[in-house]
Amino acid sequence: MLQPFSYDYMLTALWVSTLIGAVCGLLSGFITLKGWSLMGDALSHAVVPGVALAYLAGLPFALGAFTSGLLAAAAMSFVKLKTPVREDAVIGVVFTAFFACGILLISLFPAQLDLKSIIFGNILAIAPGDVLQLVAISAVCVAVLVLQWRDLLLFSFDPNQARALGLPVRRLHLTLLFLLSATTVAALQAVGAILVVAMLITPGATAYLLTDRFGRMLLLGSALGAITAFAGAYASYFLDGATGGCIVVLQTAGFFLAFVFGPKHGLLAARRANRRLCLVRPSLEP
Amino acid sequence: MTPASDRPLTLAARGVSVTYPNGHIALADATFALPGGTICALVGVNGSGKSTLFKALMGFLTPSAGTVTISDAPVREAQRRGWVAYVPQTEEVDWTFPVNVHDVVMMGRYGYMNFLRIPRAVDREAVADALRRVGLWDLRDRQIGELSGGQKKRVFVARALAQQGRVILLDEPFTGVDVKTEEAIVTLLRELRAEGRLILVSTHNLGSVPEFCDHVVLINRTVLACGPTSEVFTAENLQRAFGGALRQFDLSRSTVEDHDGRQVTVLTDDERPLVLGQGGHLEYRDRSAHEKLVAEREAGKELGRGKSSE
Repeated sequence: MLQPFSYDYMLTALWVSTLIGAVCGLLSGFITLKGWSLMGDALSHAVVPGVALAYLAGLPFALGAFTSGLLAAAAMSFVKLKTPVREDAVIGVVFTAFFACGILLISLFPAQLDLKSIIFGNILAIAPGDVLQLVAISAVCVAVLVLQWRDLLLFSFDPNQARALGLPVRRLHLTLLFLLSATTVAALQAVGAILVVAMLITPGATAYLLTDRFGRMLLLGSALGAITAFAGAYASYFLDGATGGCIVVLQTAGFFLAFVFGPKHGLLAARRANRRLCLVRPSLEP
Repeated sequence: MTPASDRPLTLAARGVSVTYPNGHIALADATFALPGGTICALVGVNGSGKSTLFKALMGFLTPSAGTVTISDAPVREAQRRGWVAYVPQTEEVDWTFPVNVHDVVMMGRYGYMNFLRIPRAVDREAVADALRRVGLWDLRDRQIGELSGGQKKRVFVARALAQQGRVILLDEPFTGVDVKTEEAIVTLLRELRAEGRLILVSTHNLGSVPEFCDHVVLINRTVLACGPTSEVFTAENLQRAFGGALRQFDLSRSTVEDHDGRQVTVLTDDERPLVLGQGGHLEYRDRSAHEKLVAEREAGKELGRGKSSE
């Protein structure tokens, strides 16, 4: 059972996955409550051309991915501002355009770029330089979240109150967007562009079902993200399967358990509450 | 606890105009001024620029022309000092958000906290005071979605209290609220007025305005009239503000006229009807008590609104 720990590449994969899982899980609370799930999905696809160009030019992949993601976000808000097209349609148009460019680039340079590792991730073969980038990104994200989580909470819950108190609402919006792009870039290596969005939503959604306090939800989401990422990477060694697939399947299993057995919002809890209500006031029974 | 300040409290809008990016002029040259110790109603139909003016007063949008000042300071400065407290419409709030009553009221204290927003003893005290005052102390650990309609409203009033705002803006505070809660909120607002604060209530519920607002600002694309309720709330002004949107029921032509002694009962679903007598005299009680007087008033009018008056 300890065999995976005897390989250096496996050790790296395990701790890097755990770190990314924890950071994405921490942010996922904000993403789910802010209703930015679609935005997360869009950004994770929109970073692909940036990654491709960065590899071609020999630049740090995070730089390319980040630039590409921010360009996509800027394009979305510009188109949204200038046309009456609905927001989800605008997001759809922009991110698929970016993703298509990325796919095209990768297919044009098959020798230098590996489609599979960009789309599905390849944590087992991560380069030391990439590990460094991931650690730096994670450190910045955690620092910003620890320092600003209460402001971001108010911004997510009641932006008007934030405004009435003179908080820099626009800057908070950009901060959250920046964190989303950064974690997307980090998670890209672990689970690939397609599954990034799961890392950024599922732990938060699971935690939401388990608690009614925002602070606890953040910590719980982070813990869930870390545990599932570690276990997923570990399991992928024995299954010889895609790491990203393993991690996300585990996260979904966690969500399912919370969905059924959650203490307050779970299906069983709802049924119990319903039964209690009917016992107390039988007249409510249809 | 009265908010401390060096200058007397005033809220003034001078020539405020708001044009949206699509060229739509929502508000043109709105000018009015209000002193502290006032409960003022902001009255206008949907699309009259009422909510635009509301947003400009809170600094949520920057007017394309004109200025808004609070105690002669620009809104931004007033915001930074925590003077502007805001009570949102019930529909605007995400009630499924994982925060409890105490958390929400604590959000009113952010302006007094340091960069990390870690509450100090004084913040906890202010929150506890506010919660006790609105009668929600025992429910402080409840998730906000588990409250009744009236309690939900009071959470945000408590937040404004904890913030110790000098200007408190309430957006449609009485929609979907039962009579008991409405009375409780009105009582609270009167106490706040007595403390010298300025309460601004955006409402389309005409009937309750004379009951508790001492001032009225009438809006229709601009400020039509501003002043004490008895002067502003005239049939003529309301006609100008509401135009065809206001239903009118003339009592003197009522079919219940003479054979049943003009004993008229006015029923509405949730909104109080506004009743005006001759010469725009405001009626606060049911007229059936003044039977003879009513018979003499030939031009007596009764204005009801919307769904309520049929």
